[in-house]
Amino acid sequence: MTRKPDIKAGRLPAGVYVGNFADIQPPLDRAAALVEASRCYFCHDAPCIQACPTGIDIPGFIRGIATGNLRGAAMKILAENIFGGACARVCPTEVLCEGVCVRQAQEGRPVPIGRLQRHATDFLQAAGSQPFTRAADSGRRVAVVGAGPAGLACAHRLAVLGHRVTVYEARRRPGGLNEYGIAAYKVPDDFAQREIDFITAVGGIDLRCGKALGGDFDLAELRGKFDAVFLAMGQAGVRALEVEGGELDGVEDAIEFIARLRQADDPATLPVGRRVVVVGGGNTAIDIAVQCKRLGAEEVTIAYRRGPEQMGATRHEQEFAQINGVRIRHWLRPLRFAGDNGAVASAQFEYTHMGDDGRLVGSGETTEIPCDMAFRAVGQAVQSAPLREGGGEAPTMSAGRIQVDGDGLTSLPDVWAGGDCVAGEDLTVQAVQDGKLAATAIDRHLRG
Amino acid sequence: MADLRCEIAGIKSPNPFWLASAPPTDKAYNVERAFRAGWGGAVWKTLGEDPPIVNTASRYGAMSYNGQRVVGFNNIELITDRPLDVNLREIKQVKRDWPDRALVVSLMVPCEEDSWRRILRSVEDTGADGVELNFGCPHGMSERGMGSAVGQVPDYVEMVTRWAKSHSRMPVFVKLTPNVTNILAPARAARAGGADAVSLINTVTSIMSVDLDSMAPTPTVDGKGSHGGYCGPAVKPIALHLVAQIARDPDCRGMAISGIGGIETWRDAAEFIALGADAIQVCTGAMHYGFKIVDDMIGGLNNWLDGKGHGGLGDFHGAALTNLVDWQDLNINYELVARIDQASCIKCGLCHIACEDTAHQAIAVSGPGPDRRFEVVDEDCVGCNLCQHVCPVEGCIGMQAVDNGKPYMNWTQDPRNPMRAAE
Ligand SMILES: Cc1cc2nc3c(=O)[nH]c(=O)nc-3n(C[C@H](O)[C@H](O)[C@H](O)COP(=O)(O)OP(=O)(O)OC[C@H]3O[C@@H](n4cnc5c(N)ncnc54)[C@H](O)[C@@H]3O)c2cc1C
Ligand SMILES: Cc1cc2nc3c(=O)[nH]c(=O)nc-3n(C[C@H](O)[C@H](O)[C@H](O)COP(=O)(O)O)c2cc1C
Ligand code: SF4
Repeated sequence: MTRKPDIKAGRLPAGVYVGNFADIQPPLDRAAALVEASRCYFCHDAPCIQACPTGIDIPGFIRGIATGNLRGAAMKILAENIFGGACARVCPTEVLCEGVCVRQAQEGRPVPIGRLQRHATDFLQAAGSQPFTRAADSGRRVAVVGAGPAGLACAHRLAVLGHRVTVYEARRRPGGLNEYGIAAYKVPDDFAQREIDFITAVGGIDLRCGKALGGDFDLAELRGKFDAVFLAMGQAGVRALEVEGGELDGVEDAIEFIARLRQADDPATLPVGRRVVVVGGGNTAIDIAVQCKRLGAEEVTIAYRRGPEQMGATRHEQEFAQINGVRIRHWLRPLRFAGDNGAVASAQFEYTHMGDDGRLVGSGETTEIPCDMAFRAVGQAVQSAPLREGGGEAPTMSAGRIQVDGDGLTSLPDVWAGGDCVAGEDLTVQAVQDGKLAATAIDRHLRG
Repeated sequence: MADLRCEIAGIKSPNPFWLASAPPTDKAYNVERAFRAGWGGAVWKTLGEDPPIVNTASRYGAMSYNGQRVVGFNNIELITDRPLDVNLREIKQVKRDWPDRALVVSLMVPCEEDSWRRILRSVEDTGADGVELNFGCPHGMSERGMGSAVGQVPDYVEMVTRWAKSHSRMPVFVKLTPNVTNILAPARAARAGGADAVSLINTVTSIMSVDLDSMAPTPTVDGKGSHGGYCGPAVKPIALHLVAQIARDPDCRGMAISGIGGIETWRDAAEFIALGADAIQVCTGAMHYGFKIVDDMIGGLNNWLDGKGHGGLGDFHGAALTNLVDWQDLNINYELVARIDQASCIKCGLCHIACEDTAHQAIAVSGPGPDRRFEVVDEDCVGCNLCQHVCPVEGCIGMQAVDNGKPYMNWTQDPRNPMRAAE
């Protein structure tokens, strides 16, 4: 007997989607923000500042909230992190600033720095005026490849410093994973585009969407036309999952599906399986699983080959998935996707455990999870081919990423890189910091 | 269970917690609710001559600090705005229905003997336990020659007190204003006039805040503001000092003290009593939280007395006065050094930066980030205890006495004192 996969749109009553994809953490109102801000001790040389990859003066901005100086608070944030609004919503604060908040040590409940950061940045965005001005035109021009957080953070800093920047973006819309990747309920109401409008409104940034390095132009051309180049292409490739059955209908890369979801005007129109299996253990696995659940999937299982401690997703994110009704199963290594008439019907796994040498060992025993859809969420990879296009000199790669020094300089003297395409934490906030540091280095180089 | 019964100026009450003359004691309705809640006594909202005064809208200002509401409170209200006979009738009824509670009537009339004679007679008819002469109100009434306008001139205080004593058999409380340079002048004047007790403090002259949009002081009345009277938790230290000054003064001996100013808890009350107050009064605390706070005041004081093995208020009344000395009598040879409990330290660094920037550079930092350590440099610590105050963790920084083997020596005996009396 052949069974048809149960995949369809509109699984939930029409009214439910709005709530399912609305802000998971609503903004603090003024009164709540005051109470939370007053919990900050204004630590000397505060640990939270050190834990923030962009080094925001956190006690400083919180004091601004407490005193009613919201504009000053927002500017303190944006001075270090122009994506302060996005980061307030998407940063895993529990392992960054809030994780080291002394209130956490004292009473197990940190100052909610992320939410306060949102309070301040929302205020400035709502105020509607552009707080940044540009230095006098330097006459220098910089090309940025990729309009994600790394690229735009770099472009903004360069523009403020007086340089003219052209940003080439392969996709139709700017924002990178802020626009195509981050879970919808973290940045609802087209927040990513509103933030980008705010950032580019400073001027001096020429944003060209639908223009890809490697397709529309090559690196040598850019180096010829511009005084410096910043590569911020993220990881446009997906890491391969070497198991059978990947070609079956219903088996897909998680980020493809997430991108479709993020671009859908109405999530109710997106077909989703009744039973979904997700292979992986990072951010992306959590996000696809929860979003499938919120689209109406009945059973969603994340299968990860190691234990909870090794998962890329923080404990907080794992709990979030579980609260959303996602089942997380550990110590399962994917063997194959099995099909029925060309469509996936189950995912098969082998039980694993940690060997004495710390390596993962298969037990030989297997299990099967029936499913209508299966997602690969085992990571992305930098695409190096576009860098080599045209046959010119390409920057040196290292462990699959573009190799850079502390300032983000690649092996080429006029080419910098940052964000997910270089080594380091794959986080929005880290991408912003990379862009900011590279901009400073490029500015020095251009004026030097 | 300890005995909370209290007697002040011959007036008995089941506990020392009275409501101060203010909105909470403006009507029978409020006072009865208060007595039902357990308050030991009340000083009725100040009565004046008819026609009654008229109040403004708004009337109150408050200071919030770091989200904590009403740390300080201020008002531009006047005395009662109800006709005299209505108040008198209600006072009589409440006293009849609540014979075990103290009921004292606050008064403020023009500085004329006849006015005082008339009103004292009417109050006596109510059966009230006593009167309190309001020489304290710093706004509105003072411009009319009453309230603090009287309280700031010792001769007037003495004169009016004497009138009150001679025209009534009731115990007389004189309510003092803190808006004077030396509280002993009006206190001694009250004593000279025959007062049975002083009540203090009334409110401190103040401007609460300025609304930077309308450029008007708050509270604001149709775009304008006026100075008012400040009270609430923020004024407690001022009140404690003034109460203690009177309690220590030989010239005021024998005159009872009703302590007022910022009292919200049993602990606050106990501190006033320890500095010589015979009973206490509360206004802002009740206005902020309602009458129910007296529950914990009674329970808390009881438990504390039990814990200390005290049987009643008399066992610790004035007990802190022996330890209140003039600065020159403090032991100059006494040394302290700060001690940081590393186990409870949360590494906020506030002690370090306070000492480094504004004290004696006696707290050293070592180590990186969240693993850093803060340690006191004993040789540089002067024992000022700033660090202890700024540390947000209760008990983390303690001050340890240094055994330096030196005997007691005060400033009058100190060779470094150029004014030292010749030996
Ligand atoms: C599903 C998912 C969820 C995530 N959730 C979080 C989260 O909650 N919190 C968090 O901090 N981080 C999260 N991350 C990580 C975070 O999104 C990234 O670390 C961050 O976006 C990296 O920024 P970037 O600018 O380096 O790259 P990207 O955001 O990937 O931007 C790169 C841009 O370059 C463009 N591009 C690529 N190739 C070319 C080319 N050849 N020519 C021109 N343009 C090109 C791409 O289209 C893209 O717009 C998540 C990632 C994923 C995949
Ligand atoms: C709104 C308001 C009105 C007051 N009215 C009077 C009054 O009529 N007569 C009086 O003697 N004191 C009056 N006071 C002063 C209080 O009785 C009391 O002395 C002062 O508030 C300090 O006590 P607290 O800190 O507990 O409030 C008033 C205080 C407030 C807040
Ligand atoms: S007591 Fe004063 S001098 Fe000593 S360490 Fe603390 S702040 Fe510094």
